[in-house]
Amino acid sequence: MAIIERPADTVTSPPPLVTPSTAYGSFRRPVQAEGWRSWVFTVDHKRLGIMYGTTAVFFFVVGGVEALMIRAQLAGPEGTVLSSDVYSQMFTMHATTMIFLFAVPMATGLANYLVPLQIGARDVAFPRLNAFGYWAFLAGGIVLNLAWFLGGAADGGWFMYAPNSSVPFSPSNGIDFWILGIQITGIASLTSAINLITTVLNMRAPGMKFMRMPVFTWMVTVTQSLLLFAIPVITVALFLLMFQRTFDATFFSVEAGADPLLWQHLFWIFGHPEVYILVLPSFGIVSEVLPVFSRKPLFGYPFVVFSGIAIGFMGWGVWAHHMFASGLGPLSVAVFSISTMTIAVPTGVKIVNWTMTMWGGKLRFSTAMLFAMGLVVQFTIGGLSGVTHAVAPSDTQQTDTYYIVAHFHYVLFGGAVLGFFAGFYYWWPKIFGKCLNERLGKWNFWLMTIGMNMTFGPMHITGLQGQPRRTYQWTPERAGEGFFNIGFWNLVSSIGSFVLAVGVLLFLINVIHTHRKEPPAPLDPWDARALEWMTTNPPKEHNFDTVPTVTALDEFFHRKYQDVGEGDAHDLQRIATAEEILAEQEAKADEHIHLPSPSYWPLLLALSLPVIALGVIYGLVVSVVGGMLAIFAIFGWALEPATADDSEFDPPVDDEPSTELVTSD
Amino acid sequence: MTDLEPGQAAAVSTAHGVDDVGETTVGEVHHHMHGVSDTSTGLSNNKLGMWLFLGSECLLFGGLISTYMLYRGRVTRGPGPDQIYDIPFTSVSSFVLLMSSLTMVLAVASANRRDVRNTKLWLTVTALLGATFVGGQVYEFTTFYREGLGYTTSLFSSSFYTLTGFHGVHVTVGIIMLLALVGMISRDRVTGERSEVVELVGLYWHFVDIVWIVIFTLVYLIPA
Repeated sequence: MAIIERPADTVTSPPPLVTPSTAYGSFRRPVQAEGWRSWVFTVDHKRLGIMYGTTAVFFFVVGGVEALMIRAQLAGPEGTVLSSDVYSQMFTMHATTMIFLFAVPMATGLANYLVPLQIGARDVAFPRLNAFGYWAFLAGGIVLNLAWFLGGAADGGWFMYAPNSSVPFSPSNGIDFWILGIQITGIASLTSAINLITTVLNMRAPGMKFMRMPVFTWMVTVTQSLLLFAIPVITVALFLLMFQRTFDATFFSVEAGADPLLWQHLFWIFGHPEVYILVLPSFGIVSEVLPVFSRKPLFGYPFVVFSGIAIGFMGWGVWAHHMFASGLGPLSVAVFSISTMTIAVPTGVKIVNWTMTMWGGKLRFSTAMLFAMGLVVQFTIGGLSGVTHAVAPSDTQQTDTYYIVAHFHYVLFGGAVLGFFAGFYYWWPKIFGKCLNERLGKWNFWLMTIGMNMTFGPMHITGLQGQPRRTYQWTPERAGEGFFNIGFWNLVSSIGSFVLAVGVLLFLINVIHTHRKEPPAPLDPWDARALEWMTTNPPKEHNFDTVPTVTALDEFFHRKYQDVGEGDAHDLQRIATAEEILAEQEAKADEHIHLPSPSYWPLLLALSLPVIALGVIYGLVVSVVGGMLAIFAIFGWALEPATADDSEFDPPVDDEPSTELVTSD
Repeated sequence: MTDLEPGQAAAVSTAHGVDDVGETTVGEVHHHMHGVSDTSTGLSNNKLGMWLFLGSECLLFGGLISTYMLYRGRVTRGPGPDQIYDIPFTSVSSFVLLMSSLTMVLAVASANRRDVRNTKLWLTVTALLGATFVGGQVYEFTTFYREGLGYTTSLFSSSFYTLTGFHGVHVTVGIIMLLALVGMISRDRVTGERSEVVELVGLYWHFVDIVWIVIFTLVYLIPA
């Protein structure tokens, strides 16, 4: 936003912020640099990253409370905490919230904040589209959860199988809210995919070749590519279901001759890539964290990158393993069984690489490192039970039992969530300028890890004993005896879930404690390796005073250390501190850095989406109003330049050539 | 995988090659040409973004076409595909749509020559040809409806109307973009470089045409 004037000799006074004065479109541009307006109308990737992250953590807590209610219901026989109906809504919204409103936007938030910093850019390729993506995600989350207050939430499971989700079987409006809410978050994901892929491809600093990019940036690229092609498939499925429910089409009505597997295929062609969309960003995070705290370069960087890409490609060829029990026929089952076993290979490659990174390293057991190591261990357990699903006859036994629930919580909680927490502890000083408290952090880690194993470990047993998923009660008569008594293990699970919740609560306490009590973090608290640490904590609005020229993988590390050993003997000596490297950059800072200017239009366009959506439920007149709002916003957007022109700044800048960010949207 | 050398010097910090400023007049430097070529790939952000969007659209139509192909033979009541399609009529309207790609190319060529008058002319002609196609579709839908093919008559009718309807909406959005662009060029309100904006709308327009070639072949020409 605004031009940052940076006269070379100005040390005492802050750089004057110059604001645009000319009206654009229908409104004047928002110009506030502080207060709530500076957040609501921002297009700064760092602010949007924080907004994404905060909202995602809020939804993580919401989804967590839903999970606790499920566990409270199942703690004892014939639970009475929830009715059958509310229980169905609870597990549907728990999964929907955790996947669409926590995991995906959390990864998008971290990517938003970090990818431009990691590739040496000053913002993303489409800053206004970025802002729109955040607001659309929030709008989608609100629409999804509005249903709780307007007649009950969706109750068809996060996979929302049709025809079960059609009107005769699910008359509740909750399904409609769900369809429209997911559709809106899908639009948000699509924009973030286009934006982040373009950013990575187009906005790398000089010398930042693909094989010098940090692994987190790589995994974000793979994830967003998956989203780019997976989102339209679920969009089609949601439209068909919406037309069935709203306009009486019969796409999924078996009595009209429809194919009951159509929804399942469309859903899982989206849904299985989605699984990798959830976990690959965390794979990227631990690939950043493990080398730093092992004081070794990542073992086999190209293997980690290419195995991630391989997972991305192969993720498209395994969707029908979710449908082994649906009667696909032996040939299809065999093909998808083999492809599912094969996808374990690149995943295993990563596990080996992470282990070899730690092997022989000087390990520092910081909280970030503990979470990263936790991911390696817990994800491996989930991966192993995953391979047992690939064996189709075994899977037929496990389908719709708690064994499946155990598996995907080990890969998603043990994979995605532990990875995010590793990222929180690792990047907190970068984003907020303070290190999270390590003592509370250790408690946070151990309670979460013990809690997750207590919660999800016993589900292997209850699942193999045949306890079905999505069933709101279990009876003592059928609980079994001795070691395999599912009553005992359900109680352990429920106690574990509360231990886990206390762990998460400690994280929130840690955040508050850190911001009140902890001192500012040093510039380079972890002796890190990648480019995002080559700027201040938190970074300046324009990220880098001068855009660095990259000469190596782990550029920052190579600027700090030099190998003076001879032959195979490595002897690293420090040649510069982070402070010196930063001072060198500041000394030759660019003048006249134009950053993209704030805008009303992304927010307005995002606001029109829930209006259109609610119209589908409550009368198409409302949709028309929303559509007109959308058209108005699009025209305003199109008529407004992404970056205010020099001539619109007051006072006008002099005639020197200016450096400007290559952004446009 | 090609390891593209990131855009030379100041790939990110400069939008218009300040490092080569020796050959650039100050006036040109201040003329904002957003992301023309100083990106890592050499493609502008806008163009890359449009290509990515169109890649995503391929799967949208892929899903809709798959649904139609699955259901086109499922006619429990009402007319079936063989009885209702008027192939000569649709061939003519398809030809009109394909010709609009030609006029779109002429618009892009005019924009590259900075020929404002012809740019506006060809954009308008493209929009009119597109509108003719959409008009033909409206006529076709109306006729089909009169002949007893409602939206919910059969799985065939639902999937037919959904697929071709989605395509029609895409053409309509394209027409709005074309006409809006003509208006913005007339009032000199185009943000960014004009010829690139014309080209971006052109990319979208050609994509919608190509999708129609696939739909016309699969839906109309191949017997169910």
